[in-house]
Amino acid sequence: MELGNLTISKTHQGLIKKEFSALEVCQAYLEKLKKKDKKINAFLTVTENLAIAQAKKVDEMLQINREVPLLAGIPMAVKDNILVEDVKCTAGSKILENYIAPYDATCIKKLKEAGAIILGKTNPDEFAMGSSTENSAFFPTKNPHDTERVPGGSSGGSAAAVAANLSVFALGSDTGGSIRQPASFCGIVGLKPTYGAVSRYGLIAFASSLDQIGPMTKTVEDCQIVFDIIKGKDELDSTSVESNLKSEILNLKSLKIGIPKEYFVKGIDPGVEKVIKEAIKKYEEIGAKIEEISLPHTEYALPCYYIIAPSEASANLARYDSIKYGEIKNKKLKIKNLFDYYLIAREEGFGPEVRRRIMLGTYVLSAGYYEAYYLRAQKVRTLIRDDFNKAFQKVDIIFTPVSPTPAFKLGEKIDDPLSMYLSDVCTMPVNLAGLPAISIPCGNVSTVKSQKHAPYRNEVSGAGSKVSLPIGLQIIGKPFEEEKIFEVARLFEPFANIH
Amino acid sequence: MISKQEVKHIAKLARLGLTEREIEKFQKELSKILDYIEKLKEVDISNVEPTSHSIQVENVMRSDEFQIANFKLPGNREVGAKKLMELAPETKNGYLKTKPIL
Repeated sequence: MELGNLTISKTHQGLIKKEFSALEVCQAYLEKLKKKDKKINAFLTVTENLAIAQAKKVDEMLQINREVPLLAGIPMAVKDNILVEDVKCTAGSKILENYIAPYDATCIKKLKEAGAIILGKTNPDEFAMGSSTENSAFFPTKNPHDTERVPGGSSGGSAAAVAANLSVFALGSDTGGSIRQPASFCGIVGLKPTYGAVSRYGLIAFASSLDQIGPMTKTVEDCQIVFDIIKGKDELDSTSVESNLKSEILNLKSLKIGIPKEYFVKGIDPGVEKVIKEAIKKYEEIGAKIEEISLPHTEYALPCYYIIAPSEASANLARYDSIKYGEIKNKKLKIKNLFDYYLIAREEGFGPEVRRRIMLGTYVLSAGYYEAYYLRAQKVRTLIRDDFNKAFQKVDIIFTPVSPTPAFKLGEKIDDPLSMYLSDVCTMPVNLAGLPAISIPCGNVSTVKSQKHAPYRNEVSGAGSKVSLPIGLQIIGKPFEEEKIFEVARLFEPFANIH
Repeated sequence: MISKQEVKHIAKLARLGLTEREIEKFQKELSKILDYIEKLKEVDISNVEPTSHSIQVENVMRSDEFQIANFKLPGNREVGAKKLMELAPETKNGYLKTKPIL
């Protein structure tokens, strides 16, 4: 069975025409996963029994009914910070190494009801904190386009799984770019929905005012199919919203695309800039109007994010005490009191980046600093949001790069937190403003393989040969205008035969 | 640069055990990041309201009911209390067990 080009609708067609059964599809993916994932390391847990049981149910459904939901029998992967009942959920952390999820996240409940098949849980940066998946406490994931490079992060396992055809689609989560940046690095489609569009119930919280779950897929059509299933108000997430916004039919002749000049300045890779500008030109050629706009507070988004996100993280991660779940591994220690228990449990359980952010968040929230840092950041956040509001009075949609560079090498940025954070400079303003944005593959840059920075020197082969790395275009819309984003994104697909 | 004493104080507030080496590491790293976020001081924020969420958020209430077997959730969902308790490393008579506070 050839899995390479299976999208959701192609798999669905194959199932209802009885070209293959759901069990056959499921087993083909499980087999491929066993063989190919050793090289990529996209998965932390493979849920073989669950997948087979689900697939058998879909086959029973197919025998009785002619019509089954679009997602019935479609294999998917789930980022390991989203709960699937009775399946291990680690969030990429030692502190949750043996945590078994006691319930389904709302998006999982909806996908299960739609008949989607869960193949397994994918590797994230620990607690979704990172841009390379190197912060996973277990192992780094590799980019399927070049295994010397990172897949991006924090949803790097999900992105790599889809890009390597180990799953038809996947779920990720995005707090500062964690769906879009790995989608860009791996050449797939990834949507960060409007804040509130998808329930966060059952998502392990990182920064609650920024986190969103979203689909990672091969095509824009697939992305829309998955989004339509997982979106909507949920009584279990008080920040979720029901939106019945119907976007008007897209008229290309009057479509105005804004290009913020602040996204094309220092630090952007010339290859990336060229690919993005060519993509913008394609839209101009098919009739859209391109307008330069300004989002003047862009340069403050990164420092603003690095106050707000760690502050919320330090509060959210206070719950990990190894009393309700988890345990202290070093059994020889004599622990006198509860305070020492906390210190040891959290020292054993959290990795370097998580500790860094807990420390930073605790510092900026501590007595005497609240106004200087947190309150100031919240006010700057208002200005960043106002920038977008003003821009959307002039244009319908905004185009930017997803990340200033293509996928970088494993080990290249791990010791320099600030340079790692810059990888999300184009995506985090969108989280601060709560807007929806998609990453679609829009071209490639060629680069030469070298041994520089490669941490696994003896594994490196083919030094000097060329690799082609995918680049993502970010399309940002107004709140709850995902439909318009999909329509605009789909216009590029005829030009995007780049795989 | 922030002092060693400050790093230790923050780690205590965060209930995070640190090694001596880490204390020095955080002194340098946190100082570098804090210098970077100083950039926000350039922005004029007079007469600007803070944003905590990008959407309007309202408090949602539910009735405070005592349940023993399962936690019933809206939308006909429930979580087994047993499942939650089974995750704990130490329990006694249906309670979580911890070290003494003092």
